[in-house]
Amino acid sequence: MRYLPKSPVERQEMLAAIGAKSIDELFSSIPAKYRLREALKIPGPYSEAEIIQYFKERAAENAAGYTSFLGAGVYNHQRSVVTETIIQRGEFLTSYTPYQAEISQGTLQAIFEFQTLMCQLTCQDVANASMYDGSTATTEAVLMAERLTGRRRVLVARSVHPEYREVLKTYAKNSGLRIEEVPFTASGTVDVKALQSALKDDAAAVVAQSPNFFGAIESYAPLAEAAHKVGAMLVVAIAEGVSLGLLSPPAEADIVALEAQSFGLPPSYGGPFAGVIAAREKYVRQMPGRLAGQTTDIDGHRGFVLTLATREQHIRREKATSNICTNQALCALAATVHLTLLGKEGLREMAEQNLSKAQFALGELLKIPGVRRAFDAPFFNEFTVEFPRSVKIVNSHLMREKIVGPLALGTAYPELTKNALVCVTETTPRAEIERFAGAVKRALEQPV
Amino acid sequence: MAYPKSYRYTKEHEWIEVKGDLATIGITDHAQHELGDVVFVELPKPGAKIEAGKSFGTVESVKAVSEIYAPASGEVIETNGELQNKPETINNDPHGAAWLIKVRLTNAAAIRDLMDAPAYEAYIAEKGKETSA
Amino acid sequence: MNDNIKKAKRHVNQNEGLIFEKSSPGKRAFELPPLDVPKAEPSNALGAHHRREGVEGFPEVSEIEVIRHFTRLSTWNHAIDLGMYPLGSCTMKYNPRVNEFVARLEGIATEHPYQPQELSQGCLKILRLLEKCLLEITGMDAITLQPAAGAQGELTGLLLIRAYLQKQGNPRKRVLIPDSAHGTNPATAVIAGYEVENIKSNEHGQMDIENLQKLVTEDVAALMITNPSTLGIYEQNLPEIAQILHAKGALLYMDGANMNALAGITRPGDLGADVMHLNLHKTFSTPHGGGGPGAGPVAMKKVLERFRPVPILVEKEGGRLALEPVRPDSIGRVKAFSSNFGVLVRALAYILAYGPGVRQATEDAVLNANYIRRHLEGVYDLPYSLPSMHEVVFSDALQKKNGVNTMDIAKRLIDYGFHPYTTAFPLIVPGALMIEPTESESREECDLFIGAMKAIADEAARQPEIVKTAPHTTRVRRLDEVGAARKPVLRWKPAAQRSTAQTSGARD
Repeated sequence: MRYLPKSPVERQEMLAAIGAKSIDELFSSIPAKYRLREALKIPGPYSEAEIIQYFKERAAENAAGYTSFLGAGVYNHQRSVVTETIIQRGEFLTSYTPYQAEISQGTLQAIFEFQTLMCQLTCQDVANASMYDGSTATTEAVLMAERLTGRRRVLVARSVHPEYREVLKTYAKNSGLRIEEVPFTASGTVDVKALQSALKDDAAAVVAQSPNFFGAIESYAPLAEAAHKVGAMLVVAIAEGVSLGLLSPPAEADIVALEAQSFGLPPSYGGPFAGVIAAREKYVRQMPGRLAGQTTDIDGHRGFVLTLATREQHIRREKATSNICTNQALCALAATVHLTLLGKEGLREMAEQNLSKAQFALGELLKIPGVRRAFDAPFFNEFTVEFPRSVKIVNSHLMREKIVGPLALGTAYPELTKNALVCVTETTPRAEIERFAGAVKRALEQPV
Repeated sequence: MAYPKSYRYTKEHEWIEVKGDLATIGITDHAQHELGDVVFVELPKPGAKIEAGKSFGTVESVKAVSEIYAPASGEVIETNGELQNKPETINNDPHGAAWLIKVRLTNAAAIRDLMDAPAYEAYIAEKGKETSA
Repeated sequence: MNDNIKKAKRHVNQNEGLIFEKSSPGKRAFELPPLDVPKAEPSNALGAHHRREGVEGFPEVSEIEVIRHFTRLSTWNHAIDLGMYPLGSCTMKYNPRVNEFVARLEGIATEHPYQPQELSQGCLKILRLLEKCLLEITGMDAITLQPAAGAQGELTGLLLIRAYLQKQGNPRKRVLIPDSAHGTNPATAVIAGYEVENIKSNEHGQMDIENLQKLVTEDVAALMITNPSTLGIYEQNLPEIAQILHAKGALLYMDGANMNALAGITRPGDLGADVMHLNLHKTFSTPHGGGGPGAGPVAMKKVLERFRPVPILVEKEGGRLALEPVRPDSIGRVKAFSSNFGVLVRALAYILAYGPGVRQATEDAVLNANYIRRHLEGVYDLPYSLPSMHEVVFSDALQKKNGVNTMDIAKRLIDYGFHPYTTAFPLIVPGALMIEPTESESREECDLFIGAMKAIADEAARQPEIVKTAPHTTRVRRLDEVGAARKPVLRWKPAAQRSTAQTSGARD
């Protein structure tokens, strides 16, 4: 086997050194009746070429060759070969969590830079070294608000990503958290009046997303004001990080949960991505996840260590802030390299291109008879349109034209079966947007 | 470091000094020594009720967290705010400047059940023998 | 330089500041294709109050500077690709490069989780095949690939148990966890809504069966056990333990962190475990990447199947695969978008490379651990003498006499060119040295490690100072962790905003 660095003779010699007659002797503590007598029934062994062949065949059974108008929490953005080159360096790829700081300074400094970038993006004081993804980061942000306020009731906007809300419910079920949902207005944003009347001094947090699941941009100030008035915290989830290059940051939020997938990570059928929690400095000791901090060595040289570890499970065990062990270090590194490449100007330009393309796409769609804009709140690179017929039917026509159509909102919002969430990024060429609009027009012209 | 004669001590290594129905509470020199360099202290707010034998806060080193248990029941009237900025005081002066909280006791008489200084010193000496055995 | 240091020599590595310190306005490392639609004016499109004028403090550097910056940082790390990384309990094995290649293929990395399932059959077939392989390896009946990491797998497993007990009318109160367990176990149990009862191991580091019999009541939901234990010792009584639990209606959770000792040899499902998670980043070679991403599939017995998190992968007529989003008894969703798919791809590539030969990997892992044990026994104290599986746990009891502890030995190992073993864990061994070589080490590498450990033991006896002040050859020496925790500096700030505390004494 090509991964195993031993010859048969070496194995024999090592056994002899141990004083064992056979390899089976090393497994003698496992009662014989529980030891497998037959080989496992799994395919292989495959050569490298066969493995590549297998996955290329699977890749061909997917959506290659289709143009997609899907976003909804997973976005297609430009990625650079530089990022891929860096994160495939063995020193980053094949190292462990940087517990031994003296020989992990590369990872630690990169995490420190990641934390800084995330603070700059969100206008918060501290950010952690990353968590699993945006959905679990949002959940952890709510649990953090629960610990900080000592309250158990959480108001979540219905315009927050439906899967983020589902994950929150799974975690909340056994921790005594009560989750209540806040409706959205005809503009597609949080119904602040409804929120105000639902808020009492038993609320731990208000959770909103911006741009929200319908693509609509929320105004943070009224949400923060409503939450703070009753002593609740404002938790803001951000699923599309590129929007922060152009949109006002969630500075009014107490805790921000960010999904960093847009920063150089491929859609990869849903993961791995990287979530982040950013917050005010005074809340740092209730923050879950790893943190890298700057310090000096005994000679006075600058260096970095994992710090405030007493919050974590390996020390506090059943009293930890979270059971999370890993961060998504390599994904966070990819985001760090990607954002460093983009820089201040690149991120702004990318965000502006997204805005321009989405504005153009909406304009093209609105030329089609019967298509109307569902919500009038400003949007970034996603918007909701209403078709005169079911989105699923439109999408099945689009598929024949090699287009993966927009997300049908009816699955998560039964009242919105004719509504579609359209996403356009800087990677969508104008010609494809025009072809898409043409295909939608033809689909709507088809007899029912 | 000497253990003040006027203090009483718990098996969990807290000290308490009582004057009338007012008490000052801290952790012992032995406790700070076991813990190592203290980096953070979490204390209740004034007005909070503490209950004898129950945890009222934590003290942290880089790699350990210790609960602090109340030697007696009562209401917190003051906490040592200095410790937030200078947690190292707990290592330097555990029996003095690093007091944690001041409490109005519900039953000052109950502290008679706690150890006095010689009893506590004997207790930690005994514990030391156990661990080295 | 010490003649005993055979594996490593000093070499120059580059200094490098923070990327923010290299920034200068107007430099750039990335250019977009020109915009091919009319430019939207942000203030008009968004409204002035939603608009932001760039991100304050973001770096402005060129491409070569980005490459050099991160390449220089990378050279400050130790890595499996450089040599042995014997972190016990972490299974730092070779991460095959073909796994990275296939995970990046067009049609794999590019797929959107919401694209129609008829256009996702390739992804779904990958998931299905991985499910089948993992079920065969674990001897379980059903599986979910959704959890993002081992800790989330543990939580999923406990939520399954809770849902199953709830269905019978009572979720129960307590989860039993041995004192040798990893810290995640108790942290997870609390999130799943359970009280934790820690139970003491017996004098051999094994489960005390008589004591367990007393502890398991109608209040106990489950026992979480790691097998082999964190001492690297096989838990012989697993079937009996399962019986004790089952007799009272409780379930057995097996932490699969140490599956690298069992794969292809024995199957937790056959041993009586009801549910377990696997750490694909340990046993199945997906890269640790400096601390993630991972994946933590959960395999289970039939009784728990109906409670699995949604979406559920199902086979329809004609072999078509689908993810079903709704199941009445499901515990719900534990993560958005199905799974850490990219990690699952890599794990499957690993399994396909071995096929049934995964057994050989397990054998070599156990062979290496026992070889190291044989050569270091006596040089270091071995607190538990039962046979070792894939890892061996020593203590620093012999070196302590000279004031040298496990952390000192670990730091000195760095000077010898090795990453340290796991220190001070499991907690039941004071001053533990937990060594897991994995199957990826040659005899030569094991011999170099043994030589280094012997040389350090010798130093600890003759010149303990050199061990206590190690490492001596790294770019930074022991770092001030106390200072880092007392006055946390968790982000860079421009010089004007920095307090004096942040800059004092810091020089590069």
